[in-house]
Amino acid sequence: MTAEAYPVLEEPKTFFLAPLSKPAPGSAGKTGTWRTHKPVVNLEKCTGCLLCWLYCPENTVIKLENGKVAIDYEYCKGCGICATSCPFDAIEMVPEV
Amino acid sequence: MTVNLKKLPDHKYVMPGNAACPGCPETMGMRYLKMAYGDNFVMVIPAGCSSVIQGIWPKNGINAPVLNIVFAAAASAASGMKAAFDMLGKKDVQVVVWAGDGGTGDIGFQALSGAAERDEDIVYICVDNEAYMNTGIQRSSLTPYGAWTTTTWTGKKEHKKNIPLIMIAHGAKYVATATVGYPTDFIEKLQRAAKIRGFKYIHLLAPCPVGWRFDPAKTGEIGQLAVKTGLFPLFEYAEGKFQLSPLSRRYKDPAKRVPITEYLKLQGRFRHLLNKPEEIKKIEEYIDSVWYMIDVLEKAFNPQAEAQKLLRTL
Repeated sequence: MTAEAYPVLEEPKTFFLAPLSKPAPGSAGKTGTWRTHKPVVNLEKCTGCLLCWLYCPENTVIKLENGKVAIDYEYCKGCGICATSCPFDAIEMVPEV
Repeated sequence: MTVNLKKLPDHKYVMPGNAACPGCPETMGMRYLKMAYGDNFVMVIPAGCSSVIQGIWPKNGINAPVLNIVFAAAASAASGMKAAFDMLGKKDVQVVVWAGDGGTGDIGFQALSGAAERDEDIVYICVDNEAYMNTGIQRSSLTPYGAWTTTTWTGKKEHKKNIPLIMIAHGAKYVATATVGYPTDFIEKLQRAAKIRGFKYIHLLAPCPVGWRFDPAKTGEIGQLAVKTGLFPLFEYAEGKFQLSPLSRRYKDPAKRVPITEYLKLQGRFRHLLNKPEEIKKIEEYIDSVWYMIDVLEKAFNPQAEAQKLLRTL
């Protein structure tokens, strides 16, 4: 048998010896499904003090361009820290239906 | 050096969708760590909740380079990593050990003590959630008096080990206490620690909703109450100078402190103590002993200020 009979396999270009993981959203899946209560921002009451953004453990409070905040419902776990840290009661926890 | 929230960029400081419980204080703390150091730090994480909340391969919930290592080697692995960075000429990279209270006070203590004695240029952060939460709420040496855990189900009979004082006794260059209830205070302390060369230790109180049995919405509030009741004084010891943080200074006066029952009644782990006044009295006595130690340290490390105060009274 000649050498041409054996196909030469190319080595894969990205190859990790160590089980290396890269930062990416959703490493535990869509955590928004864990939620029982969801935070709803009242933009009229919101003054843009960003305390909810500072206290949110999950980084799901997003800064808007007008200085106010919005919630990323895909990953928000619904702990309610944003609602308790808000000094103006602009965030309300509403039961998920 | 105050923190301006509006100027901080809207990065993903922690990746959303990680495996942490709702209301987790550790992901809060990790966000403040990234706010303080930007992209200029590497984390060394021994076994614990922080190694679980990274999630499932190939994704990672922590937005920083992480070395996962065994309990007993966290501080020594960080020392080696810092030496490697020095050899590469990357002097401004901070190597941060992010260990739990078991990884600091019980299992990882020999490596911590060794690194402090060698005065390695690392930042050691003890995320103190006061029990082994990851394995199912077992007692650690940093669990406070009277707290319920699955191994002390009638309440712990011993007081908490005071690791910050042990680190001051080691001659660490920087020792501070912080809580996730006061994020800006923690960020400022991290920034101050970055400017000091030598061993830096920060004790971060992290109220755990699962193990302490409280509503996850109150993580920050309980962190603040621990300071307001005087149970956890915030202080800073930097290169031979000891001072109370401004947030804790007014609670030096016992009359200004919030009653300890306000802190205990929010937590299910202290539920059995509430109708036992003699047990609450023991916790109050412990608070007095904590502040007595603070007073002693203030006098010992600021002799000139004390002398000036004496002169003013004469």
